[in-house]
Amino acid sequence: MADTSVTHSHDSHGHSDESQLWEGGVEPFKASYGKLMMWYFLVSDAFTFAGFLIAYGALRFSMPTWPEADFVFASFPFVKAHWPLIFVTFMTFVLIFSSVTMVRAVQEGHRENQKGVVFWMFLTILGGATFLGSQAYEWTTLIKGENMTVSQNPFGRHVADGIYLNADGTEAKNADGSTKTFVKNDSYLIHFHDDKPSGLVYHSDGNRGEHDGLKIRYTTGIDAGKVSEAAFGPKAFGALFFFITGFHGFHVFSGVLFLAIIMINAGSGLYAQRRNGYEMVEKIGLYWHFVDLVWVFVFLVFYLL
Amino acid sequence: MAAHLSYEDQKKSVFKGLMLLGAITLVEVFIALLAKGHLIHGVEFKHGIGHGLYMLLMVGFSVYKAYFIIFQFMHMAHEMKGLALSVLLPTMLLIWAIIAFFHEGTVWGRRREQIKGFNETPAQSSPTGKPSGYVIPGTVLYQRG
Repeated sequence: MADTSVTHSHDSHGHSDESQLWEGGVEPFKASYGKLMMWYFLVSDAFTFAGFLIAYGALRFSMPTWPEADFVFASFPFVKAHWPLIFVTFMTFVLIFSSVTMVRAVQEGHRENQKGVVFWMFLTILGGATFLGSQAYEWTTLIKGENMTVSQNPFGRHVADGIYLNADGTEAKNADGSTKTFVKNDSYLIHFHDDKPSGLVYHSDGNRGEHDGLKIRYTTGIDAGKVSEAAFGPKAFGALFFFITGFHGFHVFSGVLFLAIIMINAGSGLYAQRRNGYEMVEKIGLYWHFVDLVWVFVFLVFYLL
Repeated sequence: MAAHLSYEDQKKSVFKGLMLLGAITLVEVFIALLAKGHLIHGVEFKHGIGHGLYMLLMVGFSVYKAYFIIFQFMHMAHEMKGLALSVLLPTMLLIWAIIAFFHEGTVWGRRREQIKGFNETPAQSSPTGKPSGYVIPGTVLYQRG
């Protein structure tokens, strides 16, 4: 290296002289050790998330049907009607807002404005906590309301057109006397109730009719004419949903913890003493933006496609 | 955001970022609801070219959002080129991972259908007539209909 004469000069110009040195060498990429290592940690984390999301894709491609997002994710707090995707849109906005407040915290850090850093970090933490609460609501609805677990997925889609049958094999009728039918790709949801062991099948042809029983007869496709039972949807869906959104939620949770620690440190004046433009805030900022970045793809894969 | 911007400009650019990401998300959800037939009765893009276009649009919007977050919010635009490359180039490997594993998934599905077909076809235990050629004793010959 050309600059070998620089060893341990604490009195040179600039406010980040100490962090520019990695044990006497010149810092690579003009980035401090902590910042560069945060970037490389995020690269490794990106690969972990990519592995999960690619597994989702591979399993989805291997199945003849897959639950439809706008049918599965349609609940909204205090609303009885189905509002497809609206709640996750709200969650996305919460994360975008908390990302923006984080950018503001980093900016105030560069200006060495202690109060500004604490204020904007506090708003960021509020955003993170709101997101976690929203996710808790989403999980609760799916687990308690729809009986979805890591090993059971009540959401499915019909692989062909067909007719719902009564327990005795006769065709089920709607209230107006017409036959209860479904068409290929119609979404359904199976609920088992203690008082109705036959189960309830909902189908989403606009009116979300109910059918007491699981028996169906396909009228098209390779199984046309066969009487069979409506089955649970692809099992992998539940496991993938809880593992991937859970892993992301765990990132948000640890992010909130670290944000809180760093906010307290900033408030105590620890980083002001270092006079390095609140670099710690910048590093946790990188992590926080990454959590938002991952959500962009979780949102794409689970809710949009 | 950049070090060379004035404080007021920095604040403005943050506001712009918020508006941009929010607008893209709203457009995405609007198109998703439209494509899945929730907005206009009878209008949907669930199959064929419409579906392909929909996927392309959604992936495109998401990649742009990712680009914006990395380069503006995470300041990658103001880091040295070497740092940016050492972070971004390895992730390009994922392009191959996506192609390979999605193909793999499709093959799993095809195999599963094939095996289901085999299981449903009743095996015929002994073919009529003498088998032609040498058959190892004890071998059971199956004929698939």
